[in-house]
Amino acid sequence: MANLSTNIAGLTLKNPVLTASGTFGYGTEFSDFIDLERLGGFIVKGTTLLPRQGNPYPRLAETPSGMINAVGLQNKGVEYYITHIHPQLASLKTNVIVNLSGSCIEDYVEGARMLNEVETIPAIELNISCPNVKAGGMGFGTRPGMAAEVVKAVRAVYKKPLIVKLTPNVTSIAEIAKAVEGAGADSVSLINTVLAMAVDAERQRPVLSTVTGGLSGAAIKPIALRCVWQVYNAVKIPIVGLGGIMDATDAIEFMLCGARAIEVGTANFIDPAVTMKIIDGIDEYLDRHGCQNVSEIVGALKV
Amino acid sequence: MKKYITDFHVVTNEQLSDRLFILRLTPADGTPIATCLPGQFVELRVDNEPKVFLRRPISIHRVDRESNELWLLIQRAGDGTNKLANLRARDLLNILYPLGSGFTIDVDDQVKKYLLIGGGVGVAPLLETGYQLVEHGAQVSFLLGGKSCAEIAQVAQFRKVGKVYITTEDGSIIEGVDCQRGFVTQHSVLREGSFDAIRVCGPGPMMMAVARMVSCWKQNERPHFCEVSLENKMACGLGVCLCCVEDTKDGHKCVCTDGPVFDIKDLKW
Repeated sequence: MANLSTNIAGLTLKNPVLTASGTFGYGTEFSDFIDLERLGGFIVKGTTLLPRQGNPYPRLAETPSGMINAVGLQNKGVEYYITHIHPQLASLKTNVIVNLSGSCIEDYVEGARMLNEVETIPAIELNISCPNVKAGGMGFGTRPGMAAEVVKAVRAVYKKPLIVKLTPNVTSIAEIAKAVEGAGADSVSLINTVLAMAVDAERQRPVLSTVTGGLSGAAIKPIALRCVWQVYNAVKIPIVGLGGIMDATDAIEFMLCGARAIEVGTANFIDPAVTMKIIDGIDEYLDRHGCQNVSEIVGALKV
Repeated sequence: MKKYITDFHVVTNEQLSDRLFILRLTPADGTPIATCLPGQFVELRVDNEPKVFLRRPISIHRVDRESNELWLLIQRAGDGTNKLANLRARDLLNILYPLGSGFTIDVDDQVKKYLLIGGGVGVAPLLETGYQLVEHGAQVSFLLGGKSCAEIAQVAQFRKVGKVYITTEDGSIIEGVDCQRGFVTQHSVLREGSFDAIRVCGPGPMMMAVARMVSCWKQNERPHFCEVSLENKMACGLGVCLCCVEDTKDGHKCVCTDGPVFDIKDLKW
């Protein structure tokens, strides 16, 4: 048994396995299948200052080894989360991290300020990379200047570990990562979904109501690994890796590329118990490779 | 209701027509099948088919406690269901179940006569629904529609549970069954029956036609409730991906957890 615990900018995780926002609801939907407290933590559904209805149906297209979604941040808002949902999660012995999104800097700041007051929320993941909202979202994450501006503003009011979630839909993700590091981010998580599209040839129409959406699942893992590797070589802050992780081997690949923790996303839809298998699989890998600590494989890629 | 991820063995895979087949499954470890409500569904993992990434949601057709079998009536619709159609006895199938809220079982002096309307593969959830309603003392009739009789599955099974009425678009008939030409909304039993509750599962246009017809009836002739079962495209089945939403009078609702069964008065139809 190796030591699986890891640390993301002052946030201690009992193991490096988190779940990705938007794929794990509020955690309790999975309690029939897994022990939530075995997770390093989970990141709840993308939350915005004000409630959002999200995009019209259809919101889903299945594609080879993946799926495209166009949910558009349907959620009940920060206040509802804090007063109605979080109290049910607060006593769980794991990290319940809130993914915060917005369409203008003021909304991000107000949401972060409110979440900062909740003692049992140990960190936030700032989503500047959602491809499915018209205003803001990914717009903030595609230009280094804008990304730095929103992170700086949130940093001024948010005192706990601040993880910034990056989009791969940019020319240089390393540049964006450097910009948010400079603006005070404690950590970056990457990648959000890849901007994509699906077409129904018979009906000669787009499959999604929004025409384009975000691709996730096994199909995007090679892109995500490349992004993690590039960012690892560009910044000093810890990286949370995600994008197409389906099993323990995938998770280990991200860690070898420099991720100190990982998020499991779309795989939860196919096997709701996959996170437990990934934790066990990482443990088994570390034993097999004679590692005492999970940190020994972070960035250990032999290039 | 507790949900499970369970490996099932295929007991039989019976082709009913070009497009329809029935899988009879039993838990591989021999444990009893979990409690399922009528109208609930399962999500099947389709293995070894590179084009299929997500699980496939399929209605529960019947839970036969005696043989500990779960029956799924499936229509070939693409790569996933084609793969399932090729399963053979003893093959393993990983199942996430039971999912969704199901039809309400509500039988009393006021609500006793049920009409279950199905079209195409939409007849699937009505068999278990019929059995459970009869167990609760309801009087159940089925109204099943299709292009032709050959497309209406499991008529003999439905006849074991209640009276069966059929409509076919081509006018074909089944001996001994009240068959009429047309769509389900045109069958005379709807005018003569005075049903306390109606449940519908089938193609969208069929369900909408029934809903429209029911809301046009006079107040004292309307059933106490009319429920439909939707099949919006979904990924997780657990209410977390938010892909399968239906725009209801109360905002977006997940078909997988808030449904698949909805009362027509809650829909924007």
